[in-house]
Amino acid sequence: MTEPGEKLSDKELKAQTEQLRKVWENPVGWRYWTSVNNTQIGLWYATTAFAFMLFAGVLGLIMRAQLVVPDNDLVTADFYNQAFTLHGTVMMFLFAVPVFEAAAIFLLPSMLGARELPFPRLGAFGFWSFFLGGIFVCGSIFFGAAPSSGWFMYPPLATDEELSGIGADIWLLGLSFIEVASIAAAVELIVGIMKCRAPGMRINLMPLFAWYLLIVAGMILFAFPPLIAGDILFELQRMFDWPFFDPVRGGDPLLWQHLFWIFGHPEVYIIFLPAIALMAMIVPTFSRRPIVGYSWIVLAAVGTGFLSFGLWVHHMFATGLPQISLAFFSAASEAVAIPTAVQIFVFIATMLAGRVILATPMLFGAGGIAIFVVGGLTGMMVAIAPFDWQAHDTYFVVAHLHYVLIGGMLFPVVAGIYYYYPLIDGKHLSNRLGRAAFWLMFAGFNIAFFPMHFTGLLGMPRRVFTYPGDLGWNWLNLVSTGGAFVFASGIALVVFDVIRPKHRQPRGEQNPWNAGTLEWISEPEENWGVRSIPHVASRYPLWEQPDLAREIGEGRWYLPDAAEGRREGLITSVLDAQPEQVLRVGGTSTVTIVSALSLGAVFVALTFKWWIATAIAALVCFSAILYWLWTGTGEIPEKAHKDVGNGVCLPLYSSGPASVGWWAMFITMIGDSTAFASLIFGYFFYWTIHDDFTAGAPGPGMAWPLIAATLFVGAWLMTLAARHFNNRGQVLRARSALVAAFALTAAASVAGFNGPWSHGMDPTAHVYAAIIWVLVGWSLAHAAVGSVMLGYCLARSFAGRLTKSHDMDIRNVALYWHFLAITTTVTFLVVGLFPEVL
Amino acid sequence: MRLLPKEVETLWTLFTAPAVWAFHFLFCYLSAAIFCAKPGLFGMQFGSLRIAIAFATMAALAAIALSAGLAWRQWGFGAKNPPHDDPTRQDRLLFQGFATLLLSGLSFVAVLLTALPAIFITECLR
Repeated sequence: MTEPGEKLSDKELKAQTEQLRKVWENPVGWRYWTSVNNTQIGLWYATTAFAFMLFAGVLGLIMRAQLVVPDNDLVTADFYNQAFTLHGTVMMFLFAVPVFEAAAIFLLPSMLGARELPFPRLGAFGFWSFFLGGIFVCGSIFFGAAPSSGWFMYPPLATDEELSGIGADIWLLGLSFIEVASIAAAVELIVGIMKCRAPGMRINLMPLFAWYLLIVAGMILFAFPPLIAGDILFELQRMFDWPFFDPVRGGDPLLWQHLFWIFGHPEVYIIFLPAIALMAMIVPTFSRRPIVGYSWIVLAAVGTGFLSFGLWVHHMFATGLPQISLAFFSAASEAVAIPTAVQIFVFIATMLAGRVILATPMLFGAGGIAIFVVGGLTGMMVAIAPFDWQAHDTYFVVAHLHYVLIGGMLFPVVAGIYYYYPLIDGKHLSNRLGRAAFWLMFAGFNIAFFPMHFTGLLGMPRRVFTYPGDLGWNWLNLVSTGGAFVFASGIALVVFDVIRPKHRQPRGEQNPWNAGTLEWISEPEENWGVRSIPHVASRYPLWEQPDLAREIGEGRWYLPDAAEGRREGLITSVLDAQPEQVLRVGGTSTVTIVSALSLGAVFVALTFKWWIATAIAALVCFSAILYWLWTGTGEIPEKAHKDVGNGVCLPLYSSGPASVGWWAMFITMIGDSTAFASLIFGYFFYWTIHDDFTAGAPGPGMAWPLIAATLFVGAWLMTLAARHFNNRGQVLRARSALVAAFALTAAASVAGFNGPWSHGMDPTAHVYAAIIWVLVGWSLAHAAVGSVMLGYCLARSFAGRLTKSHDMDIRNVALYWHFLAITTTVTFLVVGLFPEVL
Repeated sequence: MRLLPKEVETLWTLFTAPAVWAFHFLFCYLSAAIFCAKPGLFGMQFGSLRIAIAFATMAALAAIALSAGLAWRQWGFGAKNPPHDDPTRQDRLLFQGFATLLLSGLSFVAVLLTALPAIFITECLR
């Protein structure tokens, strides 16, 4: 049914509203911080990311102050190294990516007409991980212990413990921790966008912001895991002297560059696309018309998402790879200009077709795009290998990347702040301050960074802490420094505008810009996202369904109350958003903070090689996560179905591909498999660079790896058998199959370990042994997780929480085991048979 | 026997053409990288590598053309113009068809661009 329900009497409506408010309300006092509500998490996330940005911005200013005149001695060379490393690291990892996650968590539910994202506690866990990891990384500079080898941490400099100190460990472990948070956010966003849209919001009606975020979250799944794999290799070398990047023992520093940039280049688009997504919301609002070329934007987002993975070697043009390889990447780098330009032309067309109101958000957006276009054009220049050989590692590149990132990301984000601020507390930011800030930032930015193109062409390398006075760089640097401070004053003005007290200012209108999308019905005073979940029938519901906002507010659509006192949302189908299920999401909890804190403690303790503390923290984290799963997931509802209003009755429980948990597992395992594929890439990479990759060392033999592979397949089949028996209600058989799978996993793990062990392979002696141990270790660690899952299912079965009709746990575990079977089969066939047999 | 497969309704068809581009790109890059790192492995000349890339390119272009053809059909052979923003299954299908067609076009050009170096480069020069 797509008509709203009858209006309730005032009394009934009031009672219903009170109840809903109570269910979604935040805890008070210190417990406020245990909230998992998307508005709070989004706001904390954004505030923290901004604080990190300001911190990194100050580091940038210190660098500019140091470079203002030649032979300056304001800071030492070592401090300067730490400053530029942290500046880049913080801007990329602690600001640019998290701030988009923040915006997505804050905006998406209401934009999609949903109450919440599907895993609010996961969102909170991600935030706390990010918060702790960020403070750890940033704080290091106050102890003179910050990383100092550049934000891309190239070995051999960064693997040398003498030269790089503990900073490199802080970088590797701190950021690995934050990458976990990003992957958690990706899972949350993909499932949220695919399965939690309001009924009727078919994929052709989805807000463009959601399209972009879907693509970006998918990109995170394929971009971040290679870096995690690289981090593992890197840290193993630093901690245990496994020679992955040491050419003397068969390693190669170039492998790090590959893994880093397979992450690093898509990262640029992971940052850029969400910012453009904000523009795709802002431009139609201020052009007073729907976007021109909706499908073209989808083309651009998907196209950029794919092509951005074929660009990574353009950061390695100067490393001596064969020219044909360079040319492939050069070609792809030029091709990506097509979808990028499509988006900009779509915006221009929309503005031409509408009546443009040049409000502050629009000013920042347009200015940002102008800057970005300059950066894009210099990008086309450096994508041509011979030009890059000239410009590589000079200030030309510094100018290029700041034009791309500040124009393509920072300006649109500030536009987003001015646009969306009324959703935070119902107040407006100042138009006058905003305009002044824009001109200071726009002018300051160009004064600071445009001259750097010339400084670079005149040969000034990046990352030098000072320079002699007779090279013709003096006045260019002087101008750049002046511009940087003007730019910073603009940002300071934005910060002032945001934090200045506004209690005397009256509350503004609910939808001040008269925008068309659903996020503008979310009231800052309420936590429930939407009062009732509407049926959406257009791309701009507030423009084209004029009564909708009122009907939603009067609770006349779906799920207007919370009779059972639970936080509930709707699950809908992927393509047509047909209602499928009522999802009960987790509420306020401390378990997310305990899990994040203990996981953070694991990483911190590892950095300082405090092994006992690491083990204790890991145990706490493991217990916390188990407790979280046991108490917070797979709950059996008190009734099978629930009436959601308007004559629609939906199930409260689902499992397998119909459930969001299954999708979360699937998406997580896609990311996990990407990391595994990166390690396999490493194995074959070492094979290509050596005539004899084994260097005459003994391998793990054939017997043990093949036995391990077979036993793992057996364990997988037993897991499937357990699922099958459980499905038929044969409890005893299901439990026996689980025990058998557990035993087979243990036996397989011993066999897998015994291969390299019994052949005395020493991972510190040569990279061949080291990469075999890493692959085997990866498989065994995953097998250990797989066994815990089997034990968990067994315990759930005994506790009566895993039954024939409530089989979510075993179905998710079986899905994990599909991936585990692939991982172990590939691992043991590769280490056992290659290069010996094949 | 039907010449074209039956119409499938899933989100994934949108990604067919870019996925073909990705596989073609990986093939070009990996085959050239392995060939140049281990010249003796395959016992063939650089010219043969270029021919292999040419075949891979034709296969990729054919696959993308097929994806484009199916998308064109899903788009109702262009009978209706965008924006396809009605709240109906029909418009959702038209939107999917049109977006897939656009992506096929982009992927086609991107495959051609990726293959270009194999026309001009004749050895494993570093």
